[in-house]
Formats: sequence, C-alpha cells, structure tokens
Amino acid sequence: MMSAIKLKMSSGAHAGANITVNRIMVQVMLAIAPATALGLLCFGWPALNLFVITVLSAVLFEACCLRLAGRAAKPVLLDGSAILTGWLVAMTLPPWAPWWIGVVGSGIAIILGKQVYGGLGQNLFNPAMLARVALLISFPIEMTTWANVTPLFSAHAPNLAESWAITFSGIAGFGPIDATTGATTLGFVKTEFSQNRVLPGILSDYSGVLDFIGWTRGSLGETSALLLGLGGVWLIRKGVIQWHIPVALLATVTVLSGLCHWSDSQHYLSPFVHLNSGALICVAFFIATDYVTSPNTPAGQLIFGAGCGLLIFVIRTWGAYPEGTGFAVLLMNSATPLIDHYIKPRIYGRNRSGKPIEIDPGKQGRKS
Amino acid sequence: MLSLLSPWIDAAFGPGRIRGGVHAEEHKSATAALPIATDFPLPKRLYVPVQQHVGKPAEPVIKVGEHVLKGQLLAHSQGLVSAPVHAPSSGTIIDVNEYPAPHPSALPIRTIVLETDGKDEWQQHTLIADPFALSPEDISLRVGTAGIVGLGGATFPTAVKLNMGRENRIHTLLINGAECEPYLTCDDRLMRERAENIIDGVRIMLHGMETSRAIVAIEDNKPEAFAAMQAAALPYPQLTVQQIPTRYPMGWDRQLIRYITGMEVPVGSRSSEIGVTIHNIGTAYAVHKALRHGQPLVSRIVTVSGGAVVKPMNIEVPLGTLISDLFNFCHVRPDITARIVMGGPMMGDALPHINLPVVKATSGILALTQDELKSADEQPCIRCARCVSVCPAGLLPLDMANNIRNNQLDAAVDLGLKDCISCGSCSYICPSNIPLVHYFKYASGEVMARQQAQHKSEQTKRLMNDRNARMERIARQQQEEEAARLAAKAERERQKAEQEALV
Amino acid sequence: MYVLSAIISLTLLGLVLGLLLGIAAKYLKVESSPIVDELEALMPGSQCGQCGFPGCRPAAEALAAGQAPATLCPPGGSALAEQIAALLGMDLDLNDVKEPEALVARVSEATCTGCTRCFKVCPTDAIVGAPKQIHAVVADACIACEKCIAVCPTECLQMQPVEVTLRNWRWPKPAQELPAHLPGIRSNALC
Repeated sequence: MMSAIKLKMSSGAHAGANITVNRIMVQVMLAIAPATALGLLCFGWPALNLFVITVLSAVLFEACCLRLAGRAAKPVLLDGSAILTGWLVAMTLPPWAPWWIGVVGSGIAIILGKQVYGGLGQNLFNPAMLARVALLISFPIEMTTWANVTPLFSAHAPNLAESWAITFSGIAGFGPIDATTGATTLGFVKTEFSQNRVLPGILSDYSGVLDFIGWTRGSLGETSALLLGLGGVWLIRKGVIQWHIPVALLATVTVLSGLCHWSDSQHYLSPFVHLNSGALICVAFFIATDYVTSPNTPAGQLIFGAGCGLLIFVIRTWGAYPEGTGFAVLLMNSATPLIDHYIKPRIYGRNRSGKPIEIDPGKQGRKS
Repeated sequence: MLSLLSPWIDAAFGPGRIRGGVHAEEHKSATAALPIATDFPLPKRLYVPVQQHVGKPAEPVIKVGEHVLKGQLLAHSQGLVSAPVHAPSSGTIIDVNEYPAPHPSALPIRTIVLETDGKDEWQQHTLIADPFALSPEDISLRVGTAGIVGLGGATFPTAVKLNMGRENRIHTLLINGAECEPYLTCDDRLMRERAENIIDGVRIMLHGMETSRAIVAIEDNKPEAFAAMQAAALPYPQLTVQQIPTRYPMGWDRQLIRYITGMEVPVGSRSSEIGVTIHNIGTAYAVHKALRHGQPLVSRIVTVSGGAVVKPMNIEVPLGTLISDLFNFCHVRPDITARIVMGGPMMGDALPHINLPVVKATSGILALTQDELKSADEQPCIRCARCVSVCPAGLLPLDMANNIRNNQLDAAVDLGLKDCISCGSCSYICPSNIPLVHYFKYASGEVMARQQAQHKSEQTKRLMNDRNARMERIARQQQEEEAARLAAKAERERQKAEQEALV
Repeated sequence: MYVLSAIISLTLLGLVLGLLLGIAAKYLKVESSPIVDELEALMPGSQCGQCGFPGCRPAAEALAAGQAPATLCPPGGSALAEQIAALLGMDLDLNDVKEPEALVARVSEATCTGCTRCFKVCPTDAIVGAPKQIHAVVADACIACEKCIAVCPTECLQMQPVEVTLRNWRWPKPAQELPAHLPGIRSNALC
C-alpha cells in the first residue's frame, strides 16, 4: 500500500524549527534597513548610487567565484549572504565615495574575505570589516572624505545627474570640497587633540541629539546610533543574535571611557560621545555578532565582546586612527579559534576538565 | 585559571536547572482531546518479536501449532538483563521465524507469529489481594516475570531497575510524565483516564524499592493530566505531583533529575548511584496491572498521529499488531505520507515500510506529510551556534559534525560524541538543515565498529600465536619421537649385535 | 639595486640552509629504526599477504621507508590505517579510502570432502572439522585471507560478504540515499 512512498533513511529530528539561513539574512537586512534608509536620505543620490553598486558587485563577485569553483551559483546566491555582505560593506564607506571604492570593497570582502576560505561559514575574518580596513589603508583620502548632510531634494543636494558625476568622476566635480565635506566627530576630535586643544572646548558645536539620531557626517553605518541600536535590539528580541557580544562590547567601552573621562575630562571623550559616534553601535550589533567569526559559547562571546570593546577604546583613544572598530573586530576574529578552543561548555555529568563529576557523598543514596 | 573562574561561569550560564532544549511545535491537540480508543478490532495475526527490550533476546518456549491463551508465556527471559514476552491474545502459534523488525533497517528479527482465535481469552491468573504484603524482592520478581520494561522508550527491564534502586537504597523515585516529544499524547491520556491506577503502580514500586518518596513530574502543557494525577495522589503523603516547564527534552531522565533534585548524574554512573531512580508513568501503570491483576505486559497505548492521519487518536493495542492495521483503523492517507516515524518526531526513527509490528517501545506511530518534515536541503554551516545553545548535554554539535564529515572520528570523540543522547534538538534548530544527529549516530556506529575491529585484530594475533606455538610443539614432539625411534632402533641393533656376538 | 641585493641574499640564504639540511639528512640519519617493530606490532600478524608484501614485517619495513601508504592493510581497515598514520605522523585522508567489504569464508556443505587441507593452512584456526567430516568456518575468527580457497581441491570454499544483522547494522553516513532493496528485508513477508 505504501510502496509508492519514497522513504529515505533519516534520523531525528524529523521536525524542524522555522529558521533558515535565508530567513536569518533577511531578518538582519530588515534590522539594518531603517538606518540605511535614513543614511540614504541624509546623503542623497550619490549614497544610493554607491550602495547599489556595492551590493550588485558583491553579488556579481560571489557568482563569479562560485562559477570558478564549479559550484551551482543560484542556490548559494539565494541564501542572501552575498547581498548582506555587500550591504554591510556599503555601510562602512563614505557615502559619496567614488564607484570603484564600492567595487574594490565588495571584491575584497567576497573574494579575499569569504570565497578563498571556501565560502559561507569558512572565513576567519569578517568580510565587511576586512574590506573596510583594506580600503582605509590603501585609499586613505577617498575613505576619509566625508560629505556633509545634504538631505535628498534639499536645496544644496546634488540632483540625479550631478550624483552620477560625483560617483563616477569624484567629489571634486561637484563644488568646493571644503564646502561639501568635513570630518566625522571622532576624526575632528583626534585632530584637535593632536593640536593640544582640550575638551569640552573642542566639542562646543557638538550636538549629541543630532549625532544620536544620525544627522551627522559619517558612513551609513556610523551616523544613526538610534536606528542601528533599535535594529540590534529587535534582532536580539527575534533571537537572531545573542545579547552577549553587544552587551559585553558596549559595557566595556562605556566603563573604560567612563573611568578615563572621570579621571581626566579634558583629554578623554565621555562615554556618551563614544557610544554615539563612529561605527560602535553598528559593530556591536551587526558586525561583531557575525556567527561565522565569533565564538560559539556564551562565555566565549562575552570575552570576544569585551576584547572588541577594549581594542576599540584603546585604538580610538591612543591609536593613530580616529576609529578603531574595524581593526578591533579583525584582531578579535583572529582570536576566535583560540577562544573556542579554551572556552567550551561543560558536558552534563562531567566537570570542566572533562572528567566525570564526583558523587557528593552527602547526596548519595542511603547505601549502607 | 579556568577552574578558578568556573563557579562564576556556572553561576552566570548554568548549569541552572534546565540547560539547552527547544520549544518545539507541539501538535498534541488533535489526539490529546480524544479518549483512548478501545474499539480497535483484534488483528488476525500478531507478530511478537522475542526481543523488545535492552539485553538478551528471550527464548521461545512454545511450539508451532500450539494453542495459547492471552498472557501465556511465549518466550522466557535469558540471563540477568532480559525480559520475557507473552501472548497478546489467545490463538494458535503458526510460525517462529525471522521477520522484519520495527527498526530503521527493518532487518529480520526472531518473531513468534500468533493467529488469533477472536476469543481474546485470558489465561487463569490469580488476583493478588495486597501487593504490599509481598516482600520487595517478590515485587521485583513478579514485575520481571510480567515482562515489564521501561515504556518511555528505553525498554530497560524494570525489575533490574527496581533491584538496583533497592540495592543502592535510593531516596527518591522519579516518575516521568513529561512526555516532551511533540505529537505524542499516550502518557497524557493515560494520566487523565487512569491516574489512580498509575498512582497505585507508583506506590507498589516504592514498596518494591523500599523507598519513601516519589515525585511525579508532568510538563505544564498538560494541566488536565496534572489535575487528575494530583487528585489521585492526594491521599498519599509520600507522593508529590509536580509541574515542570514545557521544554524539550525535559523528559530526558538526566535533565529531569537535574531539574527536580538539582543533582547531575556523573557520566558512566547510573542515576541510582546518586540516590534517584526514574520510571515512566506507562511503566507504573504496567506494574499496577501485573501486581493487582496478575496480567503481564501484552498491550500498550500508542499515539497514531501526523498530518497524513485522517483520524488521529490514542489506541490501546495488543503488542505485535502491525502498523498497517493501525493505519487502516486511523485512515492514513498514503498519497500524502512522506515519512513514517516510530516514536516522536525528535528522537523517533523513520521506518522503511509499515508491515512492522508494534512492540513494547512503540509510544507512537506518525505518518508525516512533507510540510511537517524538516527540509533535507543541506546548506553550509554558518556557525550560528544555535546547536550549542540548545544542546542539553553541553556539547558542540557543529564542531563534532564537521569532524565527522571529514572522517576525524577521534576528534569527534574528544569533543564528547559519546555523551550525545541523540535528542535531536540540534537537528531541529539548525537553520542549514544539517542532519547533525544522523552524523552522530553514524559516527558512534563507526567508532563501535572500529573498536570491534581492533578487538578482532587482537584476537587474531592471539589465535595466530596459539597456532604457531602448537605447530612448534607438534614439530618438537615429532622430532623427539623420531629421535626416540632412532635411539630405540639403534638400541635394538646394538642388542642384536651383542646377541649375535654371544652366539 | 635594493631589490637585486634582496633577491641575491635570500637566494644565498636558501641555498646554504638547504645544503646544511641535506648534509644533516645524509650524515645524521638514524640507521635501524625501532619504528618498524612498533609498526609490526600494530599489524594483524597473519602474514596474509593481501598488501602485496610477503608478510607483516616486510610491510612494516615498507611503511617505515615511506614506500607504502598507511592504508595498505585490508584486514586492518581504517582503524589500523589511523593508528599507522598517527605513529608515522602522516596526514591521512580517509575520504579516498573505500572501506573494503567485510568478507568471510564459507564452506559449501555439498562439495566438501573433509580433506582437512583448508584447516591446516588457516592462520587463525578459524576452520574446524576432522578428516572425512564436513568442515565449518568460525566467522568471528576468519580474517578473509583466502588461503583456504587456494588449497581447496573441490572449490567448496567461497568468500561471502558478512551478513548484515540487527546486531551489526550501523547508520550510514548522511547524504547517502538508501539503496532500493534493503539487505535482508523479505518484502511482503508479513502480508
């Protein structure tokens, strides 16, 4: 009667939770979409151009690599990981950067960051951060030219045609660079410190509220701490990411910057500025929590998050670069295998060194 | 340094009382609301395998052609860990031969085939007026001869467990009413409908183990069962009925022990060594039937459910009933059946066909549609570590599976392969549809096979050495004999020469 | 210029170090290595010759000399291969090793004449019998060396795959589709 049924030898579990790789990728994209939308609104058509170019080239690179490796491209592309990688790379770029920055960034992320290791799940370093750091070192001018906030359709905003000129022939084609660009908060502070000026004078023009909402210079992933944070909290609530890494990371930065600021408020930024500025929130929720490159256990994740936080604070405060999130994440990525090697869950009925636990004579049976 | 930190790590991340686990979709409502069906028509033939338990197979004591009554002994237990099987109905034995086993491989198993006569006539059994007047040893003995095994699925002979509990002088008897597997409701219905009998069985077990305290644990998704059991346990102060959170695999005995008592059973030890023994509620019910009514274990309650079942329900069926008979009774649609599972969807095994009998371990038979199944489309691991967080045993399923895929079995064993309980939580949660448990089952079998191969190679060496030694001994013997013969011959010739000389 | 000097100095360095290593390998070589004894201890010792070497000792010597792969011994299977690889510090890729099908000798009772030749050559005493009596193979002791087959005058001995039973059945590696006919199922046996 049942002979028509094709029965496969399969073990439990026969039922499955309603989670797929694709669904996880889509949820991360949804979480990051509001911040992206606000960024695109703030920086107009050139930002949109760059965003589209970066994402498309990421998908293209992925398809080429898969073809070269002789694997079927379609099912892998459908998992959405290449789109997300491209998206995250775009989030780290100056919004008005030229087109090739986006293409090179995607290329580094997909080819060097992911596919040479063997594709999804095999890479040691976070592809988006690898791309950002490689670009920052190779093309410092392009990567530190930050456009002013010029909302879409506002008076000074470039129109569609002008945006093509900015994306394809450079920002210089659009008017005086000094008028259209400036430094990010962290970059500005770093420069001022180097000229022996002190807080709070440096930040007299600083508006914490605007910075918090995202009305400031920076990459799409840096500006809106509010929307990125909300997206991150939504991801935790949805169970897509665990709380351990973001909490450890943000707590470490807050505590360290708080201590330093409290001891010397002239030379150390307050925790508020640290949390608001740069890519800290984005990294805490979207980059450091990358499954592939972060530890597997909750304890390991706390160590990883705290390590990222420590390195970010050290680089921001004493390093040559104003922002250290990329370097910090990459350094901690390289420590992930080590963390996973030493921090393992305790197996039921065994102690931490793997030996069977001893029977507590007090709790034993009433054996005579 | 880590060991210094470990109390704090433990405090922050468990062990806690529950570790790991998943909230699986329950699918219980279809069968939980219906009473246990007792109008199942007696099948024409019953196929009773001689091994339905952990341990040695039972040895048939009947001959083909013999007429047997319901409850009559068909095969007696062999050795210390074993259990007898009894006739599930009255009729004639028509065959004792190899038939497919209810096992994913459906390989043959020695089976007694009984053609029923329709009378379902019990053999004479004596009612026991007061089981509490019996000695504890006598209780174990009677439980053993009734063929009772752990009905939660482990099928460990209950009498052996009772003896171990008594010998270890345990302080707590845990009764597992968690029924954490989705779809299955046989324990739920049994508790709702026959709570008093179960409680009676628990009290008899307490007496048999000379223990004074029993805790019945029921997941909080079964409030009716909890209420019924609590009411039934009310007169007996030594019994407590406790609700536990609904979280698969709460019914894993060691998880339950940790949740209720706060103690962990060390790896390699039995729970009785820390003073706890755990039995299923179905087992308690079987003990009641054996000790109050003298009836051996010849039937059980089976949940027939799944998306392809038109009339899903719990049925009390004689052991040896074919799954195909059950499916006909419950109107299973073969056209939409994608997989047949014996047991629950988390730990159960897929069966290759349905001409297989119900045995003591069969808590449920599921006919699942494609929609209910986890996708088999395996994708690369994204190291999301969901499997790590759901593993109740504290393992690293992703790393283990990776090692096994690359044939690094020793590395997988080092990561704790042998501590895996195959609960299926990791496979259930995996977003990449990696059949993790399948990898672990494969690897465990392979490791076992390699150990056997190693053992055989040692045996071979011993046999070879024995043979070589024997060959040498024989050669030496022959040499000595030859030498003796030559010496004797020389002696004879010398004597002959002497005689000749004398002459 | 700088580039040139860098290239030259690195090349020289490489040559000198390479030379040193070569000299060391030639003059500091350990002559007789106890590794052969260790390897031989691991091997089954049945001298069955399935590896292509005349016995276990020559096979161990070939292994130690790097002239044979760790997977050379069919009776030892992948378990032995792993042990050998661990002892020699070799990388072992078992993905390419096809586990040989387990075989066992079987006596066909119709043609056995009870000549006793087979059990005289059996290295593990796996064949039992007496003159003029039908012989039988103890499957657990048989190592499938096929020596008995060579000497049987009536060709009554045959190698057969070990029967799969519930006791020795194992889960296959995932992603392997089930063969159309499962071993041992008698379809419709229960209908």
